[in-house]
Parts: sequence; structure tokens; C-alpha cells
Amino acid sequence: MERKVVIELRDVRRDFQVGSETVHALRGVSFKIYEGEFVTIMGTSGSGKSTLLNQLGCLDTPTSGEYLLDGIAVRTMRRSQRARLRNRKIGFVFQNYNLLAKTTAVENVELPLMYNKEYNARARREAAIKALEAVGLADRLEHKSNQMSGGQMQRVAIARALVNNPAVILADEATGNLDTRTSFEVLVLFQKLHAEGRTIIFVTHNPEIAQYSSRNIVLRDGKIREDVENHNILSAAEALAALPAPQDD
Amino acid sequence: MSYINLFKIAIKAIMSNKARSFLSMLGIIIGVGAVIVMMAIGQGSKESIRKELSTMGTNLLTIRPGADMRGGVRLDPSAMQTLKQADYEAILSEAKFVKGVSPEVTTSGQAVFGSNNTTSTCYGESPDYLSIKLWNIEEGTGFTEEDVKKSAKVCIVGKTVVKELFPGGQDPVGKTIRFKSIPFRIIGVLKGKGYNNWGMDQDNVIIAPYTTVMKRLAAQTHYNSIVCSAVTEELSDAAIEDLTAILRRTHKLKESDVDNFTIRSQQEFMETMSSTMDTITIILVVAAAFSLLVAGIGIMNIMLVSVTERTKEIGLRMSVGARGLDISNQFLIESILISLTGGILGVLFGGLLTWGCNAIIGYPAVIPAWSVIVSFAVCVAIGVGFGYFPAQKAARLDPIEAIRYE
Ligand SMILES: Nc1ncnc2c1ncn2[C@@H]1O[C@H](COP(=O)(O)OP(=O)(O)OP(=O)(O)O)[C@@H](O)[C@H]1O
Ligand SMILES: [Mg+2]
Repeated sequence: MERKVVIELRDVRRDFQVGSETVHALRGVSFKIYEGEFVTIMGTSGSGKSTLLNQLGCLDTPTSGEYLLDGIAVRTMRRSQRARLRNRKIGFVFQNYNLLAKTTAVENVELPLMYNKEYNARARREAAIKALEAVGLADRLEHKSNQMSGGQMQRVAIARALVNNPAVILADEATGNLDTRTSFEVLVLFQKLHAEGRTIIFVTHNPEIAQYSSRNIVLRDGKIREDVENHNILSAAEALAALPAPQDD
Repeated sequence: MSYINLFKIAIKAIMSNKARSFLSMLGIIIGVGAVIVMMAIGQGSKESIRKELSTMGTNLLTIRPGADMRGGVRLDPSAMQTLKQADYEAILSEAKFVKGVSPEVTTSGQAVFGSNNTTSTCYGESPDYLSIKLWNIEEGTGFTEEDVKKSAKVCIVGKTVVKELFPGGQDPVGKTIRFKSIPFRIIGVLKGKGYNNWGMDQDNVIIAPYTTVMKRLAAQTHYNSIVCSAVTEELSDAAIEDLTAILRRTHKLKESDVDNFTIRSQQEFMETMSSTMDTITIILVVAAAFSLLVAGIGIMNIMLVSVTERTKEIGLRMSVGARGLDISNQFLIESILISLTGGILGVLFGGLLTWGCNAIIGYPAVIPAWSVIVSFAVCVAIGVGFGYFPAQKAARLDPIEAIRYE
């Protein structure tokens, strides 16, 4: 069966000029990511993971090379066109949630749709509620960001990444701020989204997480060192169940 | 993003920082309030000048010694003593378009009755004076040509003089007061006129025959001025021409000499006053407008702080698809909202000050409707003008750096 290519990188390079020195953060990265893949990206600190994710997320432009998102060439786009692309095709999940302060869960999830004229207030709210239900927060709609736990905040952030029905969800250290148990809860959620057919790219430091994804790419010094498919995907739900029960004291 | 949503975001941002928002509005409030009250005072003055013009008679003509002084040149005293009895008599017998003439000699001093005294001004006039000035006697009578001929020591007094010298409420008519030690018998009391536009109490007057004032009080043989009234307002200019010809002859001026007197019509005088008022108003409004400029800078400052504080939020908005335009609109609307709210409060503040002017000081200030509209327009302009730079700064942020900002 012919699989649909969501992301294609061709020899993407990204140089940063720091004073008189040039930092080569990405030194020619090429790969294709197909629809429905759950890809983890690993590598040591400074290996270029975030830089790569910023290219994929249209937040940054490669110095050279070509990037096709859903078949669209991104590198030569204007700033406002890239903003539109982020709005329609991409969902971001950040390490530190990045929710708007003093704002309810629904309003936070509505945010991307605010920049989409095709949604009116009602459609926006409906979509936001649906996304919150999908992450298991149907009972926290009107909670403000400061009234939620880290895990809940991250789930709101995931709902926000889902709400525009993006071509790909990009997560940078999405479990980095969470304890083991909550990390697994979030991972269960990502696996659920994966099972629903979503394309996910998940940057992480934690090698264990690679076992729960369908493919793992390892970066070193801005180059791909390893790119393997995982045919034996572990279930995060099972792992979560196997964790020692939370201690109440 | 839709403007309604941008508006909501701006309101939320303003409300979440109430004290700071109010402080940044304060400059606008004070500035707009000042502009409004200045314009109200200017407008009120012009209106009351117009009103006064109609009650005082628009056909009043005033002849003063010396050449036209609007240039502001100081003259030597002898040039100010050119109006003499010969001029008066010539006008009386020859002037064509004039229906009343009065020489005028004024002197200020103390008026005393019993143990009461007050500072007042004594006007030496002819019996025509009251009709020229459209002034009526409330009680008693005016003086006559006979009194003028005899330099009789009689006078008519204004309401203020009555109030000061007869605080007990006695009937002043028939009483003898002293003005600069000279006894004057009061034969009449004038109707009250109140204050004029320049805050002068028009009722603080004593009017006596000009001959009496010249001989007994001022010890001078020239007049300070001559007032007359043209037959009609339309004939004012003809009357001025006629009077000029008469006076040039009595003053024996050669063809090449400039007039050594000035004749002004009431109309002209009021126009001069009105344009002076305009100039003063403009100066005051410009001064107030400068405070708006300062207020605008204050708003810019607050907006820059706001942009910096919300760098992370801007980064997030950009990462979920906000374009630079969406971000700059967001901040522009916030700054417009701040300055427009300030403007609305400022208009209310100006209204309050204007009300205070009327109710407390008694100054007739009137807010012209257009000044309110102009204020709002200016506030929007300030919001856009001073919000533009911070908004651009926000729009140009790099989303990656912005979202990492702590
Ligand atoms: N804006 C920038 N200017 C200059 N150099 C940069 C910039 N962003 C990244 N770099 C450099 O590029 C390299 C890759 O950085 P990147 O943030 O992608 O690493 P990473 O793999 O995400 O690391 P970590 O695991 O610590 O998050 C590093 O050497 C970094 O110093
Ligand atoms: Mg990183």
C-alpha cells in the first residue's frame, strides 16, 4: 500500500552566525515521514533536535535544502504564509505547556482557531470541547491554567495541538517537566492519538520512550546517526498499570 | 483574528492591570480635560461678548486721544491731551450721524459715607451718557444740562457703591457722599449690570457731570475720551468718517498729518476682543495639547513594557498561527483603547471643570460640541501614533526566541 508522505526533508542545513563563528546546527538532514507514524527524535544535548523541530514546525527556515510539508515547499515562503501553515497544518506541544495565564482550558484550546477565519465563536468552542474530551479533560473545561496540575496543563496543551486537526503534531520534550507516572499518562494519550491515525514527532531525551513509538531517529552533531522502525511497540497503558500505585501519605 | 476578539483581548489586558492602565490614561485624561475646558472658556467668552454687544448697543462710538494704539506704541503725555471742549462743541453742532455725545473724564478714588468707604471710579459725563450706554436709572433721576453748566456736585451711583456705602439698606437718594473729599449729593441709583467679560464690576461706578469732575476732581481741561452713539449701527462707518473730518479740522491737522485721535466703533472693539480671545484660546489649547503629546509618550512607554512582559505570549500566539499583522493589531487596539478610554474620561473631567467654572467661579464656559469630537479623534490618533512602534516591535519578534523568553 502506498503511504502518504507528510514531511519530506532534503539535505536540510541550518547554520547560525554567532559573532564571527558559524554554528552548524543541522548538517544535511534528509528523511520522509509518512502519515500515521509516531516518530521519536533523540540525541545528546546540542545535537540539533530542537532546531530540527523548529524547521518542521515552520518557525524557522533552513539555510539550505528543501522542506516539503504535505507536499508544499516551505523554505521560500513568506513569514505570513508560514504563520498560516502553522495554523492549519501543525500542532505544537512544548515542554513547559505554554498556556495563557488566567485563561480557561477551553479558551486556551480555542487559541489556534482564533486565527482561522473559517471558525466562528460557536464552531471554535465546539471544536475546543471535542479536543478536550479527546484528552480526557471534559470535566475541566472552565478551569484556569493556574488551577490545574502539570499533567492536566500538558493535556490542555495537547488538546490545543489537536484542535486544528493538524497534519502533524510536534512535541519538544513534552514529558520533560512531568514525573514518571504523569509522563506515562501523557504517553498513553500520544499512543491513543497514534492509534487514531495521527502523525506525531516527539523529541525526547528519554531512550525508554522510543519503545512506545513506531520509529526512532537519533541525531548527533546535526546529522542523522540512526533511523530505525520499531516493529515491537510497547503499550504505555500497560506500563502505566505496572507502575507501583501512587503513595498517599 | 477578528476585531471583536482583538477587542476582548485588549480589554482583558487592560483590566488585568487596572492601576497601571489607569495611570497611563491619566495623562490623556488631564490633557483632554484641559483642552475641553480651555475651549469651553474660549467659546463661553465669545458668546458672552456677543451677548454684551447686543445689550450695550452696537452703535457706540468711542473717540480716544492719540493715534491708533493697536500697534502698541507708547505716546508722550501731551499727545494724550488733544480732546478738548472745542471738539465736543463742534461735534454737538455739526456731526450728522450721531444722536448722543458725552465727553468722558474718569478718576479713581475713595468714596466715603459715614464710617463706610469704598474704592470706586468716578465718570464725568454729559446727560446723554446713559442713553448712549443703554443704561437706566432704577431710583431717583439723572442730572441735567443745568447741572453740567453749574458744575453741580451731584452724582448717580451704581449698585456696588450703594451696597458698600449703605450696608444698612438706607435709601441712598438725597444722601451726600464724599469722593476724594469732595461732597456729592446722590440723585439717582443705576440699574445693576453685573460683571463684564473681563471680570470688571460695572456697578462699581459713580457718574457725575463732566464739568464737575474736570474742575473739582481731576483738575484737567482735556477729556479722556468722547463717546457718542451713531444713529443706527449701519451708519457707524459714516459717522466715523464724519467725526474724523470734524476732528481733523478742529485739531488743525494738515493733509499729511495722521489723525491724533482714534475712533472705534463698538462692533470693531468687540471684534478685536473676540480675535484676542481666539488667540488666547489657541495658545492655551496648544499648551494643553502638548500635555497630550507627553501623555502619548506615556502610553508608548506602557505599551513597550506590555510587549516585553508578554513576549512569551506573543511567541505562543505566533507558533499557533498568528501573523505579524494579528499581533500588531492586538497591541494597536490595546493602545487605542487606553487612549480612547482616557479621552472619554477626559471629556467627562473637562465637563466637570467647565461646570465648576460656571457654578463656582461664575465664568460662562460653554463646551463646543465639535471639541468633544475632535478630542476623541485626537485620542484615536494618539493611540495609533504612539502604539505603532510598540506594536511593530511585537510583530517583528522572532517566534522561537519569544516563546523561550522568561
Ligand atoms: N538561535 C541560535 N543561535 C545560535 N546557535 C544556536 C541557536 N539555536 C541553536 N543553536 C545551536 O545549535 C545547536 C543545536 O541546538 P538545539 O537547541 O537544536 O539542540 P537540542 O538537541 O535541542 O539540545 P537540548 O537537548 O539541550 O534541547 C547547539 O549547538 C546550539 O548552540
Ligand atoms: Mg532542545
